[in-house]
Amino acid sequence: MFKKILIANRGEIAVRVMRACRELGIATVAVYSEADREALHVRRADQACLLGPAPAGESYLNIEKLLQAARRTGAEAIHPGYGFLAENAEFARRCAAAGVKFIGPNAEAMERLGSKTSARQTAAAAGVPAVPGSAALDSPLAAEAAAEALGYPVLVKAAAGGGGKGMRLVRARAEMASAFAAAESEARNAFGDGELYLEKLLENPRHIEVQVLGDEHGHLVYLGERECSLQRRHQKVLEESPSPLVDEALRRRMGETAVRLARAAGYSNAGTVEFLADAGRNFYFLEMNTRLQVEHPVTEMVTGLDLVQLQIRIAAGEELPFEQQDVELRGHAIECRVYAEDPENNFFPSPGRITRLLTPAGPGIRDESGVYEGWSVPVEYDPLLSKLVAHAGSRPQAIARMQRALEEYFVGGIATNLALFRRILRHPEFVAGKLDTGFLDRLLGERTAEDGCATQSEDGAAAEVAAIAAALFAAQPAPGAALSANGARPAEATSPWRRAARQEGLRGGMGRKRL
Amino acid sequence: MVYEVLIGGRSYRVEFKRGEPGYACRVDGREVALESVSGGHEVLWLLVGGRSYEVRRQAQANGIMHLEIRGRRYAAEVHDPRAFRGRRAAAGASAGPCKLVAPMPGKVVRLLKAEGAKVEAGEGVVVVEAMKMQNEIRSPRKGVVKKILAAAGARVNAGETLAVVE
Repeated sequence: MFKKILIANRGEIAVRVMRACRELGIATVAVYSEADREALHVRRADQACLLGPAPAGESYLNIEKLLQAARRTGAEAIHPGYGFLAENAEFARRCAAAGVKFIGPNAEAMERLGSKTSARQTAAAAGVPAVPGSAALDSPLAAEAAAEALGYPVLVKAAAGGGGKGMRLVRARAEMASAFAAAESEARNAFGDGELYLEKLLENPRHIEVQVLGDEHGHLVYLGERECSLQRRHQKVLEESPSPLVDEALRRRMGETAVRLARAAGYSNAGTVEFLADAGRNFYFLEMNTRLQVEHPVTEMVTGLDLVQLQIRIAAGEELPFEQQDVELRGHAIECRVYAEDPENNFFPSPGRITRLLTPAGPGIRDESGVYEGWSVPVEYDPLLSKLVAHAGSRPQAIARMQRALEEYFVGGIATNLALFRRILRHPEFVAGKLDTGFLDRLLGERTAEDGCATQSEDGAAAEVAAIAAALFAAQPAPGAALSANGARPAEATSPWRRAARQEGLRGGMGRKRL
Repeated sequence: MVYEVLIGGRSYRVEFKRGEPGYACRVDGREVALESVSGGHEVLWLLVGGRSYEVRRQAQANGIMHLEIRGRRYAAEVHDPRAFRGRRAAAGASAGPCKLVAPMPGKVVRLLKAEGAKVEAGEGVVVVEAMKMQNEIRSPRKGVVKKILAAAGARVNAGETLAVVE
């Protein structure tokens, strides 16, 4: 087993990986940029290396600096987390050349599955059904011909794409030329690769993915599925496992299909095969993510496995410690991605200082956070603050548990999307498990009473309490002044008279300062 | 001490008087049994008529206090009548110059309008990038871009004026 691992990432995932390392008795090395000097992941590591300035290209995406840090600290392996260099085959290759183990699949498998067109070829060769589509296209004319064959509407997609970038919906032939040009330039800018292909548009499908795990000795298993249909702008917002759509038979079919694809690609370590599914329970291969996923905790909760520890053990050459028939799903888990963004202000990011942080606890709750009270969320990176996970015996119980946890959760000073989750979890369609990728857009389009502020008529008693509280807050000294007495003299902050008395006391000299 | 608090279009007159124990509270002249303990920064624990509430102050911006009670949110405007200077009268005017401010710290990546250009309500004027997201700062109303204070490539802080529309 490794003695020391460098984590080439930041935020909550870096903290997550460090926790796994600590439990395995492995020392950890954090890396950080100048914007992250005070970040939580730096404090949680045994050692930390400054990479450079805030821009990711000069820090978290800089392969040379990361390898230098590994060399300098004697780290034997690198965990890439997700995002940044996690799906970069060149990074995996450079690690191998430098004699540092990359915790993930080998570079060849990453390449085979990294480009969407080559992944579709691999899928076709393995007999895995994919969303009907075309091969790589070299011109708008070729795209028009391919679209005629598929039937409109179609999606123009970037082969290197992800997160909705380099993607355009085309409903008719007349829109093709401009959509093709726009997608190509966007793909070139975002991924340095303008290759495009077509996919037939499935209207409001479900997004369901299968977790696979393989060791370096040819063993591969699937660990159930995750329902990830709740998305905004093609970004996942809430995930759960198991999927309300999937029964035992479908789970086996999807799982075996995912394993077949992974085997065909020569895959090892943790990976995720994404499918689109329709109401008739047909499913189509979409893409494979050759890394750990943000939503891995829901799988961990229902399988009882620690995926990060397993990733590390696999990378160290161990065999999978269980077989497919040992995998059992227990209960239901839901994850909410807590972001520093403001749903009431067009989802603007809201970096800034966290003035107060109350985190939920209690049965079945897991808050995987990368922040702390008093820290300023930097503007430079992804605004994911934490992954909040609830696990319970059944889906209704997990929903109730998550609602309870969301009520306990509070982040002061910056806007978050916590209130949006409260809305989602109350929604009758969500409660009924009727999910598709259009759900969140429809929900955001619904105006409800709570979009604005609660009014007197609907909520008189609580509004009056809010009025009393507002007056008490207004009577408090400014934050940072007398609030340093927090805890020691809890009544002080609530009492305007004490504040007045103190001011008089200060004016009257130190002798009268005792409150 | 007297405060006037505006929530959801209704005004509450909240009055505190020192009492035994703690202090007495009146809302619109009506006695309310109140006990209050600080829960630390931004948090108050209240017992109001024997009912328990945890009140969190989410943020304060433009004189509005955003509070959260049991997952419900309230926007409160608090006035100390003795210090009342007609702040409310100044807010919400639809004529006169209107500042477009950066909602978060970030970098100005593009100017979509030049000084002197006409803008429609909801039209983007400046693009600010923060946290890997590009965000259009839009004009809340129709008018003419009187001034552009942001330069492409410049870093801006939250609340900084980027442009003025008149």
